[in-house]
Amino acid sequence: MANKEIRFLNPPTVEVKRKKYCRFQKAGIKYIDYKDPEFLKRFLNEQGKILPRRLTGTSLKYQRKVAQAVKRARHLALLPYVTDLLK
Amino acid sequence: MLKQYETVFILTPVLSDNQMKEAVAKYRDLILANEGQIVYEEDWGLKKLAYPIQKKSTGFYHLIGFTAAPEFIARLELQYRRDERIIRFLTFAMDKHAIAYAEKRNNPAKENLPAKETKPAPKVSKPDIDDDIEIDEED
Repeated sequence: MANKEIRFLNPPTVEVKRKKYCRFQKAGIKYIDYKDPEFLKRFLNEQGKILPRRLTGTSLKYQRKVAQAVKRARHLALLPYVTDLLK
Repeated sequence: MLKQYETVFILTPVLSDNQMKEAVAKYRDLILANEGQIVYEEDWGLKKLAYPIQKKSTGFYHLIGFTAAPEFIARLELQYRRDERIIRFLTFAMDKHAIAYAEKRNNPAKENLPAKETKPAPKVSKPDIDDDIEIDEED
């Protein structure tokens, strides 16, 4: 009656996890510029929120610097505080 | 002891060209009068603001990099607050990495290659971050 095999409607996809790394340590960037909003946008989501470390893989040291730079850019109206469809 | 600072201020867009130059000259003179030294200066011109400030959607950005005594910053910012022409300002004390970055940015001829290498390097890894955003949406 019951099928002994477990069958899936969709074949289970096994995700290949890529190792995350801190792009600042890898590229040897020591200072994150608040005057470059285009660069900082890569660490924001569409609403202009700062992406967490768990998604970007940035090390804590540089995540703090990214956050500080984004906040400075927001203060200078180079980046919005709240928005939709930033990208 | 002198420290290196960077200050950016946004002037209202209602100023005429001469009024704007006068305002910039005022702060330049203020720095020089307080034993400061101007290291570099950048005029970004009229830029669109990311959000309205005092019901204005554009502003003249001006950046001055200078060295001064730390006590001077409070006086400079007081002048900014009293000035109606300035709608926003930021003063930033630079550490050694920031100074190195600013030097590279201002003298690209000297170290053209390293300056360019540091910037596009993370851009290559951009697809990674796009993937990450998709994860974000699933959450």
